[in-house]
Amino acid sequence: MPHISIRNLSVTYDGAHQALRNVSVDIPDGQITAVIGPSGCGKSTLLRACNRMLDLNDGVTVQGEALIDGVNILDASVDVTQLRKKLGLLSQKPFPLPMSIYDNVAYGPRIHGVKDRRRLDETVERCLRMSSLYQEVKDRLHRPASKLSVGQQQRLCLARALAVEPEVLLGDEPTSALDPQSAQQVEKRLVELKGDYTIVLVTHILRQAKRVADYVIFLYLGELVEHGPAADVFASPKDAKTQAYFSGEVS
Amino acid sequence: MAEAEGKVIASHSRSAPGAAYARRRWRDRIASVGMAGTAAAFLALFVGISLALLAKSWPLLATKSLLHLLTSSTWRPLANQFGFRPFILGTFWVTGVALILSIPVSVLSAVYLAEYAGRRVRSVAKPLLDLLAGIPPVVYGLWGVLAVVPFVASVGNRTGHSTTGYSILAGGIVLAIMVFPIIISVAEEVLRSVPQEAREASLALGATKWQTVKHVVFRSVAPGIGAAIALGFSRAFGETMAVLMVVGNVPKLPTSIFDPGYPLPALIANNYGEMMSIPLYDSALMLAAFILLAVVLAFNIFTALVLRRIQRRLA
Amino acid sequence: MDRRRMEEAFFRVLMVASAAIVAGSVAGVLLIVLVRGLPALNLAMITQSPKGGYYLGKEGGVLNAILGSLCLAAGATVAALALSLPIVFYLQKEYGGRSRLASLTRLALDVLWGIPSIVYGACGFIVMMYLGLRASLLGGIMALTLVELPIMARAMDEVVRLVPAHLKEASFSLGATRIETTLRVVWRQALPGIMTAVLLAFGRGIGDAASVLFTAGYTDRLPSSLFEPVASLPLAVFFQLGTPFPAVQQRAYASGAILLALVLGVSVISRLLARRFERYVIR
Repeated sequence: MPHISIRNLSVTYDGAHQALRNVSVDIPDGQITAVIGPSGCGKSTLLRACNRMLDLNDGVTVQGEALIDGVNILDASVDVTQLRKKLGLLSQKPFPLPMSIYDNVAYGPRIHGVKDRRRLDETVERCLRMSSLYQEVKDRLHRPASKLSVGQQQRLCLARALAVEPEVLLGDEPTSALDPQSAQQVEKRLVELKGDYTIVLVTHILRQAKRVADYVIFLYLGELVEHGPAADVFASPKDAKTQAYFSGEVS
Repeated sequence: MAEAEGKVIASHSRSAPGAAYARRRWRDRIASVGMAGTAAAFLALFVGISLALLAKSWPLLATKSLLHLLTSSTWRPLANQFGFRPFILGTFWVTGVALILSIPVSVLSAVYLAEYAGRRVRSVAKPLLDLLAGIPPVVYGLWGVLAVVPFVASVGNRTGHSTTGYSILAGGIVLAIMVFPIIISVAEEVLRSVPQEAREASLALGATKWQTVKHVVFRSVAPGIGAAIALGFSRAFGETMAVLMVVGNVPKLPTSIFDPGYPLPALIANNYGEMMSIPLYDSALMLAAFILLAVVLAFNIFTALVLRRIQRRLA
Repeated sequence: MDRRRMEEAFFRVLMVASAAIVAGSVAGVLLIVLVRGLPALNLAMITQSPKGGYYLGKEGGVLNAILGSLCLAAGATVAALALSLPIVFYLQKEYGGRSRLASLTRLALDVLWGIPSIVYGACGFIVMMYLGLRASLLGGIMALTLVELPIMARAMDEVVRLVPAHLKEASFSLGATRIETTLRVVWRQALPGIMTAVLLAFGRGIGDAASVLFTAGYTDRLPSSLFEPVASLPLAVFFQLGTPFPAVQQRAYASGAILLALVLGVSVISRLLARRFERYVIR
C-alpha cells in the first residue's frame, strides 16, 4: 500500500498565480480522502501534482516533495509512465478514447505491454464489472464508446483506470458532470473500492464529502487549513475558515 | 401665408428620412443580389469549364471509344493514332514516386510540428512552408535541371541504369518537394484539432507521448491525414512546368524510374503549338486536359467533404 | 518497457530528420538557383529587351518578360479582386452564408483551388478561339484570372469569416444596413488579411507558366497592347534554358533568380503592408 506523503508542496502558474502554498499532509491508505474547499483553492492542482499531470501545463513551477512509497515522484528522474500506472485518474468530464468500449478498457494494459488476448478479455470483463457497467454493455463491447451516455462514459473511464491495476485512484470532481442517478452509482462504486485502493477525491459538493469521506483535507486559497478524520472535521471544525465554509458563507 | 409655409415644412420633414432610408435599403438589396449573382456566375463558370473541355474533346471521343484511347500505347497523331496509355502511366509513375518520397517525410514533419515542436520552431515553420509553397514551379524545374538531374544521372549510371538524368525519378524528387507544404500544413491543422483531453486521458493511463500520438491522436483524425495526402496527390498529378523540365518527355512506356517519362500535363504543354495543324490533335489534347480535370476534381471534392466532416465532428 | 522508450526515441529521430529534410529543401532550392543565377545577372538583363540574336548569345535582357509578367499578373489580380470581393462578402452569414448557393460556392472554391493551371490554360484557349482572339495579353489575363480567383477568394474568405460577430452587431445596432456594414466595418477589419490574399494571388500570377503558355504567347517586344502577345518570366526561363548555348542558359539561371527575387519581394511587401494596416484591426 503506498504511503502518500506531501511535503512543503508549492505550485506556481506563470510565475504569478500561486495555486498551492507550502502544503504538507499525509494521505491515509485504503480510505477515501476528500479534498474540499472553495473554487480556485488548489484542489485540482494538488491532485495533478501527484501523478505528474502538471507537466503538461506550460509555465508551471513546482517546489517541495510528493513522496509515494518513500520516493519523491516530483524528481525528474522518476519514470512518469509507471507512476501514472500506479495512480489512476478520473477526470471531471468523462472522455472516452476514440475506440470501442473494449478497446477503451484494454488500452491501458495494451500500452503497458499486455498482448495476450485471453488476459485482456478477462481484465476488460473484470474492470467493467467493478465499475458496474458490464451488464449494460456486454453485448456491444466492440461498438464505439462515444455512443454511451455520460454516466456510462464515466463508469467506462473508471473501468479504464482500474484496468492498469493502480494502487491509488485520484478523482477530480468525477460526478459533477453527471446526472444525479449516475453520480450516485459512481459514488457507490468508489465506496466499494476503497478497501483495495487508496482514493483521493476532489469535490466541491459538501454533502458528497460527508457521504463518502473517511478523511478530509480542507484547502483555502492554496493553503492547507485543516485536515483530519472526516467525523472529527465535520462535527467540530477547528479553524474559522473551515467553519465559514461549512456554514455556506464561503463557496 | 405662414400656415401654408408651416404645412410645406411639415410634409417635407416627414418624407425626407423616409426617402433616404428607402434609398439605403434599395442599395443594400441591389448589392445583395449582385453578390449572389456573382457567386452563381462563379459556380456556372465551374460547370462551364468542365463542359467546354468535354465539348472540345468530343470529336475524338466520337470516333474512338474512351477505353481504346486510354489503353492503347501508340501515339502517332499524324497517323490518327491517339493512345494515351504511356502518358497516363507516366503521370502515375511520377506521381507515385513523388508520393512515396513525400508522404513519410511530410506526415512525420506534421506530427513533429503538431505534437513535439516548441513555440519557436513552430513560428519559424509556418513562414518556411509558405515560402516553399510560393516558389514558382519554373524555379523548381530550374533547380531540378541544375541539381536533381545530374544527381539522378550519377546514381543511375553507378547502379547500372544508363540514364541522362532526365527521368521519372527526377520528376518525382522535384514534385515531392513541391508537395511537402500542402501535406504538412493540412495534416498539421488536422492533428492540432484533436482536443487536449484525448491526449490527457491517454497520458494519465501511463502511455508515453509517442504511444498517445500513435494510438489516440492519429486514429482520431486518420481520414484527415488521408485527405491531406489526397490533396498532395492531386497537386502532383496536375503539375506541369517543373516536371516538364526534368522528366525527359519520351512517349514510351517506362520500365524503371530511371527511364524518361511523359506525364499528361507535359503532353499538353509540349504540343499545343501543333495542335491546330493535325486533325483531331486538338481534341486529343483537350481530352487529356479533361482527364486531368476529372481526376483532380474527384480527389478534391472527396477531400473537401472529408475535411468538412472532421471539422464538424470535432467542433 | 524499454521497447517503448526505444520506439519513441526512434520516431523522434525520424521526425526531426524529416523536418530537417523539408527545411533543407527550401534552403537547397533557393541557394542553388541564386548561386547559379546571380553571377550571370547584370544590369542589362533587367533593363533591356532581347535584341536580335539574343537566343544565339547576343545582347539583350529580359525586360520584356519582367514587364510582361507584371502586366499579366496585375491584370489578372485586378479582375480576380473584382470578382472575389462580392463572392466573399456574399458568403458572410448576413447575406447568403447559410444558403445552398453559399455552401456550394465554398465547396467550388476549395475544389477549384487545386485544379492544375494547365487546365485553365486550355479553357482560356477555348474561350479565346470562340471569341476570335489570338494569343495575347488579354488572353493570358483571362486564363490567369481563373488561376488566381480561387486562391484569392479562399484566402479572403478565411479572413472575412474571422471578423467578430459583435463588431458587425455593433454596426447593425446603430441602424446600418448590411452593405454599409460590410463596406465600412468588415472591410477595414479584414483589410490586412485581404491585402495578404491579394498579394498572395499576385505572387502566384507572376510565377505561373502553364496557364499563359498557350494564351499569352511570347514575344521579344515590351508589352504594348492588350491584343498583342506578351512575354512572361517563367516562359523566358524555360525558353532560354532550352537553347544549346551555355551563355544563354546562364541567362536562364539569371532570369530564374530575378523571378525568385520578384516573388520573394512581393511576399515581403505583403507582410510589411499587413503589419502597417494592423492598427485598425480590433482584437
